[in-house]
Amino acid sequence: MPESGSNSAPLVRMSGITKRFGPVSVLQDVQFECRASEVHVLAGENGAGKSTLIKILAGVHTEFEGRLEIAGREARPRNPLHASELGVAVIHQELSLIGGMSVADNIFLGRTPVRAGFVCHGRQLESARQWTAQLGLDIDVRQPVENFPAAIQQLIEIAKALSQNAKVIVMDEPTSALNAPEVARLFGLIQSLKARGCAIVYITHKMEEIERIADRITVLRDGRWIGSAPAVELPVPKLIQWMVGRELGEQFPRRVPHPGNERLRLENFSVFPSGFSNGAAVRDISLSARAGEVVGIGGLQGSGASELFLALFGAYGARTRGTAHLDGQPARFASPGKAIGSGIALLTNDRKATGLVLSLSVAANATLAGLPALSTFGWRNPARELAAARETTGPMNLRASSLAAEVGTLSGGNQQKVALAKSLQTRPTLLLLDEPTRGIDVGAKREIYQLVDQWTAQGIAILLITSEMPELLTLSDRVIVLHRGRITAEFTRAQATPEAVLAAAMGRVTEKS
Amino acid sequence: MSNSSSPAPPPAWKLFLASPGGRALLALVLVLAAGAIFNADGAFFKFGTHRDTLRQASVYGILACGMTLVIISGGIDLAVGSVVALTAVCAARMAIHWNWPAWQVVPASLVVGTACGTIAGWITAGWRVQPFIATLAMMVFARGLAKYASGGMKVSTAVQNADGTYRYVHVPPLFNYIDRRILGENLSVVTVIFLICVALAWLALSRHCWGRYLYAIGGNEEAARLSGVPVVGAKVCAYAASGLFAAVAGLCQAAQEQQGDPEAGAGYELVAIAMVVIGGTSLMGGRGGIGLTLLGVLTIGYLDKILSINAVPEAGRLVLTGVIIVAAVMTQRRRRT
Repeated sequence: MPESGSNSAPLVRMSGITKRFGPVSVLQDVQFECRASEVHVLAGENGAGKSTLIKILAGVHTEFEGRLEIAGREARPRNPLHASELGVAVIHQELSLIGGMSVADNIFLGRTPVRAGFVCHGRQLESARQWTAQLGLDIDVRQPVENFPAAIQQLIEIAKALSQNAKVIVMDEPTSALNAPEVARLFGLIQSLKARGCAIVYITHKMEEIERIADRITVLRDGRWIGSAPAVELPVPKLIQWMVGRELGEQFPRRVPHPGNERLRLENFSVFPSGFSNGAAVRDISLSARAGEVVGIGGLQGSGASELFLALFGAYGARTRGTAHLDGQPARFASPGKAIGSGIALLTNDRKATGLVLSLSVAANATLAGLPALSTFGWRNPARELAAARETTGPMNLRASSLAAEVGTLSGGNQQKVALAKSLQTRPTLLLLDEPTRGIDVGAKREIYQLVDQWTAQGIAILLITSEMPELLTLSDRVIVLHRGRITAEFTRAQATPEAVLAAAMGRVTEKS
Repeated sequence: MSNSSSPAPPPAWKLFLASPGGRALLALVLVLAAGAIFNADGAFFKFGTHRDTLRQASVYGILACGMTLVIISGGIDLAVGSVVALTAVCAARMAIHWNWPAWQVVPASLVVGTACGTIAGWITAGWRVQPFIATLAMMVFARGLAKYASGGMKVSTAVQNADGTYRYVHVPPLFNYIDRRILGENLSVVTVIFLICVALAWLALSRHCWGRYLYAIGGNEEAARLSGVPVVGAKVCAYAASGLFAAVAGLCQAAQEQQGDPEAGAGYELVAIAMVVIGGTSLMGGRGGIGLTLLGVLTIGYLDKILSINAVPEAGRLVLTGVIIVAAVMTQRRRRT
């Protein structure tokens, strides 16, 4: 693969990196270079080895073969602290801040300024203020971190990295919890980090982001180095080809709508989750969904879409108001169990936190929601469960060593398929999909899109939440846009454009046509 | 590109030793080997030693069965020691003082224990009080009830008359039956009861929806709830079952001591927890099993027996047991990658 001309010595140079976990080698002879003032996107499907490579750089994995140079000198980070001393800071997908501790304490965690063994609060506060101010953050650094929204927490992490004098900043899907204005802010910050001469290693699954910020791109596939190239030489179709190793005819499959009878109808539906700061998460919304139809719900963070799903699913018990009908029957459920019994299934937006029991097997997870139906008077029938799990995971093209494998050992895309299998196992007529493709690779995404097509062909009604605009526009027959718990616009498939949806999501009300 | 042939899979024995069951078995085998070496002039090789080991471990083992259910669900039950005392006192009162027949004493005692467990379970699952606190409260409460029900004294076959003199009554047949040995004096009835408890807990955990629910709740409670698992009900039942097993243990305790001692059972909950943990069931919940607990019960039971036949004084026994618990749990630790 071509390696184009270099203008400066790389800050990070990794060559011949091989890493094995027992018999499985997850990286084989991988090379990677990142220069100063460069945003270097590390791309690849899930399981390609991106995280492992980063963990080697960050001193999490200390046993590997190959050579690692930081700022021209050979280095082997012994642990994360050593890596940060070498100038490498990692901003993880899941934030590593401690919620109950103050911003200042978090920034200086492990490096607290001390005098004679006692913490110098004044000095710590002052330098914490300096670092946050440099990022344009106007916050009280004495406040606990958990008081701030995810975007601010992300910036606090970056302040922490800067305070460690990091020259190499690794961002692992930093935008997964951010909304559009916050993303814009982060990208602005990345530009200023570049101007300071930092090298930024950026991992993302979002094509738009790659197009917006990448200077160079390195692609890994199945633990092997596929190539590195300047971003301008790697347009999206070619990039995807590198990532999946096959030419995709088009990025998304086309789907054919199969609308049938009205399945779900909501009238003046409001949701009041306990402990919700604004009282109602969703207020007075009315919508309907027909069998075989995909109704996309667009919106930014805080739109209330996820809360709407949880409320429909009975997770908030009686804390709802208004009327809900499923196939003409009243449908306000006191518990998820009752909702499942009435034919609703929910795919939650966070498979690890709320979707799956990672310590249980694939089969156990896939059958968890439908266990009573597979049992006789509560006594389980393992053979029947296994058959049911095989039946629901069959169409998913699941890549697991066996159905007895612990779900926690699977890759993200395969975990998502297990979560989907669990939802489908109860034979729902209404499927609530909340971010069905979050954090999974292009190939698995395509497979899930095809499954959505199959399910609608079977007459399942689908409500879909997704933060990815192309996905929303491709999959939805109709798009409903929520802004702060209210419907601001409704589009047919033909009417929906990215600009119109985003405008509505940011609060501009469109008259219904 | 380096040409790496994929290494052969590790041999079966290595995989076995890496599994929780294999490690728990290894711990037991090491303890037994120690017994074979320090055999106290052959005492370890006598059948009676093994029979007595099983008998002495049985009451703890019964508690460990209930504890396994609770720990797999991600909780802990500190109340079981006190519930042993409460049910022992109640059973002794009913059987000795009131001359109730066995078919009344047994269900009534079991109801008392189950009620304690249900209340603690409801406080923790329904009212969302931390299990440690909820069962700590029940531990104190049940101990108080035991003292109240016994008047602070042991309920024994020496029954006080109205004029303050004592008369001695017969040991109730129920107690004699439980304290007996069967199969030609080769197996204690309490051991049989323990094994029945193991079987019941195994059925619940491995063959019933409820057991699967407990694993799911211990592994990820929110995911379980959103999968339609009746979380509160399943948890309350786990604590109720723990109370039920504690009542069974209390009956055995009363039968073995032929009295109801309100001070009995103190610290038993910690022994039961140690047995569960040595077996390899995770205190974080979601992982483990009753088979592991059985190995843990045998490990601690034999350890105690081997130390006692070698006439190690109690002080040394406790210190050594503590060290060995840590050593066993260290070998159980899952390797993180």
